[in-house]
Amino acid sequence: MHGRLLVAPTLLVVGGVVVLPMAAVLVLSVQDLRLIEVRSLSLGDLGLTFENFARVLSGPGFWAAVRTTVVYAVLTTAGSLAAGLMVALALRRPFPGRGAVRALMLVPYALPVVAGTTIWTTLLNPQYGAVNEIGRRFLGWEAPVSFLTLGEAEVAGVPVPVALFVVVAFEVWKSFPLVFLFVTARLQAVPREVEEAAVVDGASPVQVFRHVLLPQLAGVLGVLAVLRFIWTFQNFNDVYLLTGGAGGTEVVAVRVYQELAVRADVGTAAALGVLMALALSLPLAGYLRAVYRGRL
Amino acid sequence: MEARALAVLRVAVIAGAAAAAAGPLLYGVVLSVRPFASVVADPLALPSPAGADLSAYPRALAGEEDGGFGLARFMRNSLAVAGWTAVLAVACSVLGAYAAVRLRFFGRDAVGGFFLAVYLFPGIVLAVPLFVLLGRAGLAGSLPGLVLVYMAQTVPVALYMLRGYLRAVPAGVEEAAEVDGCNRLQVIVRVVLPMALPGIAATALYVFLIAWNEYLFALLFLVGDQERWTVSLGVARLADFAVPAPVLMAGSIAITVPVVAGFLLAQRLLVSGLAAGAEKG
Repeated sequence: MHGRLLVAPTLLVVGGVVVLPMAAVLVLSVQDLRLIEVRSLSLGDLGLTFENFARVLSGPGFWAAVRTTVVYAVLTTAGSLAAGLMVALALRRPFPGRGAVRALMLVPYALPVVAGTTIWTTLLNPQYGAVNEIGRRFLGWEAPVSFLTLGEAEVAGVPVPVALFVVVAFEVWKSFPLVFLFVTARLQAVPREVEEAAVVDGASPVQVFRHVLLPQLAGVLGVLAVLRFIWTFQNFNDVYLLTGGAGGTEVVAVRVYQELAVRADVGTAAALGVLMALALSLPLAGYLRAVYRGRL
Repeated sequence: MEARALAVLRVAVIAGAAAAAAGPLLYGVVLSVRPFASVVADPLALPSPAGADLSAYPRALAGEEDGGFGLARFMRNSLAVAGWTAVLAVACSVLGAYAAVRLRFFGRDAVGGFFLAVYLFPGIVLAVPLFVLLGRAGLAGSLPGLVLVYMAQTVPVALYMLRGYLRAVPAGVEEAAEVDGCNRLQVIVRVVLPMALPGIAATALYVFLIAWNEYLFALLFLVGDQERWTVSLGVARLADFAVPAPVLMAGSIAITVPVVAGFLLAQRLLVSGLAAGAEKG
């Protein structure tokens, strides 16, 4: 009894502001509802229509947005995992100043997202941004590149989706510190003896990594992969602040915002949200299962 | 041979990562102390120590009536919103975390799994019904409405972090207090809270930082009312107007300073707490 009493305030808040909305989003997704109609809405007006889902699924650019979202989530997950792992391994053995370097690695992660995107947009600005200036002065670029709106550019004959590449790079930059932090923590728990035994037996550093360290890290890397995928799949802030969805970076989260705030269509926004939640339920269930099996 | 290549690679990775991690922030700082005209003329130049121009900061901070961009007001708004969120979220989750660590009750595991699921649920999906529901409740444009939303977003992670810190309090001490005649609430207030205080402070700070940085809900709820803008919304909106780059950079640095200070103050505690409960973002 005591236990449930103590959890009650927490449950009340989360119930009121998360669970109730979760139920509401389901109800809203089957209404034909505009934002202005919400004010005068009463329970009796609620209907049942699957029109929103049909409209969302057949809407122009929907499947392109789905593809963009998946590409974005997969690339940033893989990128931040690789970068975080590399940095953690490089900083594993002590050297003078390691503490300071470690603290430095957390900068992108600690920076408010708006500050980070504002600085990056300025860095990439076509008129006075440092990247374009370096490109023109040292790399022989003939014209400035509008990194944040350019859908596709030819680099040595290969088409490159520039804006998408920028939002992926930003997200890798922003989230590799978290991977670095977790891998570092896990590395500290790796028993020294096994590794030393492998070295004594003549294993090269790469072999030690492959056969001793990697199996130890597999659990934490797997969990991080699922978590990063879930979070980048639903990411709105970073993409919206960098490009506003231009240049082929329109992810599904940005579409939800546009349906809601720009087109004021509550029904389709909710339907899109429900589809997103459905798409994420599989990796989410996998993650919860891993937690309960005690892997995190 | 392999060892040598790896040693070179190691130095390269460290140098590259350090430059990538700190470079953009450094660039922002440098740009914020240069006059805009000189930035346009020569984007890569460094200001001489004597020629540093700090005027972008007061311009970003001052109110519109003084020809500034109102950042000081946005900071006051964010301070209030993030402060209240931190206090209320932690007060709420201390009780819940204590129950999760010390007490056996029916549905304990279900509650734990439920919070984890809530924590992972897409924020953008919740934004739709919250926008509608708070609008109907008349809270859409208000800072207390925003506090409520932020609490729900942060309570799960606060609970997760606090659970780790509370677990470190030895149960024997609590039992001794109970033998001395304390009831459950007294045990929590007099024994558990003081011993877990560093962890609670770190959690509160962490919640504060999440609320300070939040952008999506601030955008949805407050965009029409410039008086109530928070720092994230303020700086992002300024970027849409033709605000000179140094002022924009000064604004970005100004909203970062409290975050960096907080991180430095509680680095060790935060890192161990983070490692205990993964972070969303």
